[in-house]
Amino acid sequence: MDASLPAHMRPERSFQGFILALQRFWAEQGCVILQPYDMEMGAGTFHPATTLRALGPKPWNAAYVQPSRRPKDGRYGENPNRMQHYYQFQVIMKPSPPNLQELYLKSLAAIGIDSAVHDIRFVEDDWESPTLGAWGLGWECWCDGMEVSQFTYFQQVAGFECAPVAGELTYGLERLAMYVQGVDRVYDLNFNGREGDAKVTYGDVFLQAEREYSKHNFEVADTAMLFEQFKMAEAACKKYLDAGWREGGNSKQHLMALPAYDQCIKASHVFNLLDARGVISVTERQSYILRVRELAKACGEAWIHTEAGGAA
Amino acid sequence: MPDLLLELFSEEIPARMQAKAADDLRRMVTDKLVAEGLVYEGAKAFATPRRLALTVHGIPARQPDLKTERRGPKVGAPDAAVQGFLKATGLKSLDEAKIQRDPKGDFYIGLIEKPGRDAIDVLAEILPVIIRTFPWPKSMRWGARSGKPGSLSWVRPLHAITATFGLETEEPDVVKFSVDGIESGQTTYGHRFMAPSAISVRRFEDYEAKLLAAKVVLDPERRKDAILTDAKQLAFAQGFELVEDQNLLDEVAGLVEWPVVLMGSFEQEFLATPGEVIRATIRNNQKCFVVSDPKSTDKTGKLANKFILVANIEATDGGKTIIAGNERVIRARLSDAKFFYETDLKTKLEDRLPKFEQIVFHEKLGTQAERIKRIERLAAEIAPLVGADVAKATRAAHLAKADLLTEVVGEFPEVQGLMGKYYALAQGEDASVAAACEEHYKPQGPADRVPTDPVSVAVALADKLDTLVGFWAIDEKPTGSKDPYALRRAALGVIRLIAENALRLSLMKVAASALAGLSMKSADGQKLPSDLLAFFADRLKVQLREQGARHDLVDAVFALGGQDDLLLIVRRVEALGKFLDSDDGKNLLAGTKRASNILSIEEKKDKRTFEGAPDAALYSLGEEKALAKAIGEVKAEASAAVAKEDFAAAISAMAKLRPPVDAFFDKVRVNDDDPKVRENRLKLLNEIRSATRAVADFSKIQD
Repeated sequence: MDASLPAHMRPERSFQGFILALQRFWAEQGCVILQPYDMEMGAGTFHPATTLRALGPKPWNAAYVQPSRRPKDGRYGENPNRMQHYYQFQVIMKPSPPNLQELYLKSLAAIGIDSAVHDIRFVEDDWESPTLGAWGLGWECWCDGMEVSQFTYFQQVAGFECAPVAGELTYGLERLAMYVQGVDRVYDLNFNGREGDAKVTYGDVFLQAEREYSKHNFEVADTAMLFEQFKMAEAACKKYLDAGWREGGNSKQHLMALPAYDQCIKASHVFNLLDARGVISVTERQSYILRVRELAKACGEAWIHTEAGGAA
Repeated sequence: MPDLLLELFSEEIPARMQAKAADDLRRMVTDKLVAEGLVYEGAKAFATPRRLALTVHGIPARQPDLKTERRGPKVGAPDAAVQGFLKATGLKSLDEAKIQRDPKGDFYIGLIEKPGRDAIDVLAEILPVIIRTFPWPKSMRWGARSGKPGSLSWVRPLHAITATFGLETEEPDVVKFSVDGIESGQTTYGHRFMAPSAISVRRFEDYEAKLLAAKVVLDPERRKDAILTDAKQLAFAQGFELVEDQNLLDEVAGLVEWPVVLMGSFEQEFLATPGEVIRATIRNNQKCFVVSDPKSTDKTGKLANKFILVANIEATDGGKTIIAGNERVIRARLSDAKFFYETDLKTKLEDRLPKFEQIVFHEKLGTQAERIKRIERLAAEIAPLVGADVAKATRAAHLAKADLLTEVVGEFPEVQGLMGKYYALAQGEDASVAAACEEHYKPQGPADRVPTDPVSVAVALADKLDTLVGFWAIDEKPTGSKDPYALRRAALGVIRLIAENALRLSLMKVAASALAGLSMKSADGQKLPSDLLAFFADRLKVQLREQGARHDLVDAVFALGGQDDLLLIVRRVEALGKFLDSDDGKNLLAGTKRASNILSIEEKKDKRTFEGAPDAALYSLGEEKALAKAIGEVKAEASAAVAKEDFAAAISAMAKLRPPVDAFFDKVRVNDDDPKVRENRLKLLNEIRSATRAVADFSKIQD
């Protein structure tokens, strides 16, 4: 930890200081620090900087905060740590560096978790995303019995083998910050590190939103519109994919992988909203997941035929 | 003789894979050594979260020399053949070959001497192959090399390989090889946090000692012992007892290289939640042990508000932070569990049932709601047969599955049934009804307890038979090693429920009734119950074989046909088994078989059977008459005994057949010259066979 930081910027005092410390740490490891993707998504993994950039031979190191929307996890602001909107901090390094575990442990030190007094463990947890057609092996990282991060070596994304393999780290920011700040309720987190009248809590920022969105997600979200939006996003994704292919000499190229993938993200989120509204039956559920996966796979296929995806 | 030390140092290996991996490593290396002619004295393998290690001692320094002879062409063969022979054997000229004479002529024989190689060279060849082909249940690629084809796959990234070979008295050599860019050497690393520096090792003895000094306990058994001893001690010191849990111990020992056992506590108020739920929460989510309070008076084994955690580090603050952190998580988890439990209590079990109408049990077997109705109906039918109150059995079947929809069971599937019991008691159900909510799942396996309360027995039988008949009806039977619906376990459960409770019921009737309850119509409703009966017979054989009894006797009893009362079948088998252990039994079996053999030969010869009563007028010898008389008496006596289900008596009646049968074979020639006498004697033999069928078909009994 940087001792020169003013008190209100220290990771154990302020949520924003905590995020800044992580960003700074990973910037020093050569990552590009991105801003959140401007679409609703269920996890940081959906960000094209992870899903698409994990594919293809080109090196890629990035870190970013991604707001994650899980409509079903809303609790009207009444549960101390469950929310339909929370932050993930995502790091992706391709190829995975040989000292990724050490880097991860140093990042914990940078946010005030000292491995001399804490019990830090790597506990088996294989990661799989049926909607993204992706899987990897790795661990949940435990600190004193609490899961604080997910550590994955991507083996496959969008149905394609990762070559080389990317290492992905996902930090549950609120949970870690609660631990470091020593609070039991997420809404009590000190957001800006100030005290007294100047103090802004996580609740000040998000509690109202949690209540409003929980009502929206579970009770009011317009399901007829959402069903329609799912179909539209699916159709648009396929349309952009079809329109993006260009035959050039011996090689096929794709010119619109990113806009197509946006529609895949959209479809996935709309599905999550429909699921939260309880209007998708168990059997239908599987078929929706498969439909999103087909989109993700087709986008992955398009991506590896783009310049950033490694096509010559 | 020299020893091998091998260590494969990696990122954290999943706990559940470690023991098998250590064993695979030992097996693969030693098998390969033996195949290479290097017979070793001993081997032992170890695993920690970050390493697999193997020591093989007493390996010969060199392979034995191998001499083989190779037969070449005939003397005087064309030059091409001779040149080929010289090339294949490495001989310079035919002068170096021997000539051997055999009936076809003179042949050249080349003697090929293959000198043994140094064991260290053999090891350098076999170890990389073993590493590349190691059978991890799941493996992965990583790093820059994963961009190229053929990169190494390992359970998690592999970082270092230690491989040394040499005599105790000398500085050992490194077995030189490399796998995917990792060079073998003699450098390993200590505990991730407490002693992360590189360590140079020579051979197993100093390797194990240096690791210990670097805060790594190599041997998983030692880690387990240490955890168990410390955990018991810690609990005892506070007046509690550790609730032992072997699976958890195995797992936890695979998560630490340096176990440090600590105790934490949680709020007393959580103890209002059932102990099993507390234990499941603490065990599954936190991998911690619970402790019981022997002083507690209300129930035996009541939990104390303590838990035991196993850390991987001696923290500089003595573990205060670690305990506090774990307590926070456990508090949060327990308050979730308590919330789930209390929420569950607010809804009556029957009010949950409508939701089952939306839940498909199996595509072809309808919803859970339909299944519950079938079980209710069947339980009501079975109840009188097992001495259960019909109303209670129906009520229990009605409620038994409802806990599947509770929050607690959703979170911890292993407490299904048990929670049903708690919730049933809480809403004031009869004690037998509540017990059946838990016990109808039993017995879960050969070691599980069999319920005895008639209500539980009725619902347990109904549940299992509905499953068996249902899957039979849609032709989803177990095949080979595949039994996705655990039908074998269900059938064994039925057998044990019936046998251990000494129940009398006709399986065919109950199965037919279960079949009638299915809404879909099976293609052959006639054949199904008998097919299922054959499956029960198979399961019964397996069960008896495991108990060390003779399973062929089951065939002998089932061969009588119409046997579907499992309890009687088991009793027949028992009586028969006892009889066949006696001399009378052995001789009668031999006599019966002899009669059968003669009959089948003669039946084939004459292309007819010899059924029907023999004609007393045709008896000419005393032995014939005696046998006929004995058969008549035994038949009457045995069938009377069987009618009373006294199989021991039936069998002892049968024992009376032995002397006349022996005498008959001794004195009487069956194939008499007079065809009428012959036919009559064959009919008499047939009577022996039919007399013994009162108890079993002796021809199905193996010698």
